[in-house]
Amino acid sequence: MDVLEKLTILTDAAKYDAACTSSGGTRTAKKGYLGNTSTSTAGCCHTFSADGRCVTLLKVLLTNRCVYDCKYCVNRRSNETKRAAFTPEELADLTIQFYRRNYIEGLFLSSGVFRSPDYTTELMIRALSLLRERYRFNGYIHAKAIPGTSPELVERLGFLADRLSVNIELPSEAGLNSLAPDKTKRAILAPMRQIQTRNRQSREELVKYRHAPRFAPAGQSTQLIVGATRDTDFHILRLTQGLYDRYSLKRVFYSAYVPVVEHALLPAKDVKPPLLREHRLYQADWLLRFYGFRAEELLDENNQDFDTRVDPKCSWALAHLDFFPVEVNTAAYETLLRIPGVGVTSARRILSARRVGPLHIDNLKKLGVVMKRAQYFLTASGKMAEGLRFTPDSLLRGLIAAERPLLPQQEAVQLSLFDQTESA
Amino acid sequence: MKRLLAMEIFYYYDGSFDGFLSCVFDSYAHKEIPAGFFSGEDGICTLFDSRTVSTDPDHAVRVLRKVAALSPEAAVLLRRGFLTCLPEKELYLFRLTAKLLREGPGFLHNRSDETLFPVIRAVQHLNGEVHLLKGFVRFSDLGGVLGGEIEPKNRVLPVLGGHFAARFHNERFFLYDRTHKEALFHVPGRSVIRPLADFRMAPPDEVEARYRLLWKRFYDTIAIKERENPRLRMNNMPKRYWGTMTEFQGEDWFKPRSSPGAASIPGAPDGRSAPGTLPPPGPSAPGSGP
Ligand code: SF4
Repeated sequence: MDVLEKLTILTDAAKYDAACTSSGGTRTAKKGYLGNTSTSTAGCCHTFSADGRCVTLLKVLLTNRCVYDCKYCVNRRSNETKRAAFTPEELADLTIQFYRRNYIEGLFLSSGVFRSPDYTTELMIRALSLLRERYRFNGYIHAKAIPGTSPELVERLGFLADRLSVNIELPSEAGLNSLAPDKTKRAILAPMRQIQTRNRQSREELVKYRHAPRFAPAGQSTQLIVGATRDTDFHILRLTQGLYDRYSLKRVFYSAYVPVVEHALLPAKDVKPPLLREHRLYQADWLLRFYGFRAEELLDENNQDFDTRVDPKCSWALAHLDFFPVEVNTAAYETLLRIPGVGVTSARRILSARRVGPLHIDNLKKLGVVMKRAQYFLTASGKMAEGLRFTPDSLLRGLIAAERPLLPQQEAVQLSLFDQTESA
Repeated sequence: MKRLLAMEIFYYYDGSFDGFLSCVFDSYAHKEIPAGFFSGEDGICTLFDSRTVSTDPDHAVRVLRKVAALSPEAAVLLRRGFLTCLPEKELYLFRLTAKLLREGPGFLHNRSDETLFPVIRAVQHLNGEVHLLKGFVRFSDLGGVLGGEIEPKNRVLPVLGGHFAARFHNERFFLYDRTHKEALFHVPGRSVIRPLADFRMAPPDEVEARYRLLWKRFYDTIAIKERENPRLRMNNMPKRYWGTMTEFQGEDWFKPRSSPGAASIPGAPDGRSAPGTLPPPGPSAPGSGP
């Protein structure tokens, strides 16, 4: 089989993994080496695929052969599909030649479980060693640690890759038991803990010895599938929070389940992927990481799923109207961050600008505040936006209208479907 | 410096950054505020008073030092601002400099300041374009030398060049800016930017055509059909960038030329088509390129 056909099969089999960023890279250019990862903290998109998603890395499987039988996965052993495997040489060559042409920022290597987790990981290590040693590749590498791999091999993988990830996929143990019978919660969490510990140790060593080898310097991430099981948003968000708190994850990715296989325990094949729900989870995830929110503030036992009509931050604001309006000239940074329409950047700009002189409503737009949303929740020098009148009802409608044009097309379509069911 | 007197006077200069700084110097020397700046082919308008400023590196350094001493950020803003496509950028940058010299750097903390805001917005537009192009630039391997083309609105090459020179510092490459008709040439250890009036990429050899095809296939395969979303793609990657990106080219882009050296390239600056040769520098660029 030629490389073009292998690439087609192994890209197709890898595309449902959402993780595709290069952020957190810290390799600066080195003499005699190819590449760096110092682009920017925001990550660098090299193109956007037809589904509008950022493509940063050459995202492929080493092989789609798999001895496991996860029900939701196209590569599961019982599925009849064409199988292929890259040789480590082919993979290294593709990565280097794509990188030189600036098609990609690096490699994202995942794999089905070929023979055993250890055997597969050894093949991955061969490919990555070729890249790092023979080709002196200094760009970004994200590698998948396969649950059940022995700690020694995870260790070696971590010294070759910038980021490691272990995908949890199913947000609950019940889901795992029924849909991924070969995987256990323990087998998933063990390498996550190991990566966390080694990453911390390696950073401590780096402080002492400048040339100490670095273990997964860009940390680890994971992915949760949304919509394959009945787990609620509250459940998923609390799991996420636990992962950030206890496993120091850099990112949690959410992937709206695309029904690729027919199975009694899974949504039927004609069910649309829950893109709006995925979108809301990403918004909430952002609030956990950068805005000082806790999962329990956004959802609770009585409200287990996000309001589809407005984003989680507006939702919170609507439930806490007594917190507002916030006076932008005096409020603390943390308080500014709670205003819908004020982000991390605009909050910092407000702090900086108000030192020069008192701020008025007219200044705020230029500081990056999204006034369509923020106007209901703030005052500047004691005044609200001129002529603004609203009731709780018109406030909600205003917020819905303000977000609608910003929603990616399909999410907006899903939203209008909700409108119909509600008015019906 | 002393107060400037308002007068309807227009400045002519050579269009370089040093030239602009020399204009600032002269305006203080003559105690006048230029009402507009012209450079290059914008013919001289005789209706108004005008002054032709000759570029003086010494004057330029003195102005920039003064600015940097008051605020290093302002110096960066001037440099970057000068690369933007902001209409009448010189006027905006002049006002910013004058305000800085008059009032000190305090106002720079307030982004909504009316003198600062247009410059910051233009520089952000430039930075945004640089950021996107770091990803969207496509190189072709022309027998060992990498070559690429871009069509930016702002003059991004000086900023973008640094990024690629670091990333590919062992490679030999060039990057042609179609809009501003200039090219960046890089050999290990050295980069230069030179004007280049015309340039066409040579057709690919077998190996290059193969990698183009592999990339196109990867691109077409990675999209999830059930999530197709043309509007989101367009928002993230405006169409004006597509013209130079491998994955959006027509069939011909993926066809290798029939036999090496046989095809002559229409429009190539000197008709040479052998892979591995850099396009020769324009006439005004002695010694550029490897
Ligand atoms: S282990 Fe499970 S999820 Fe991974 S490739 Fe095999 S079947 Fe798919």
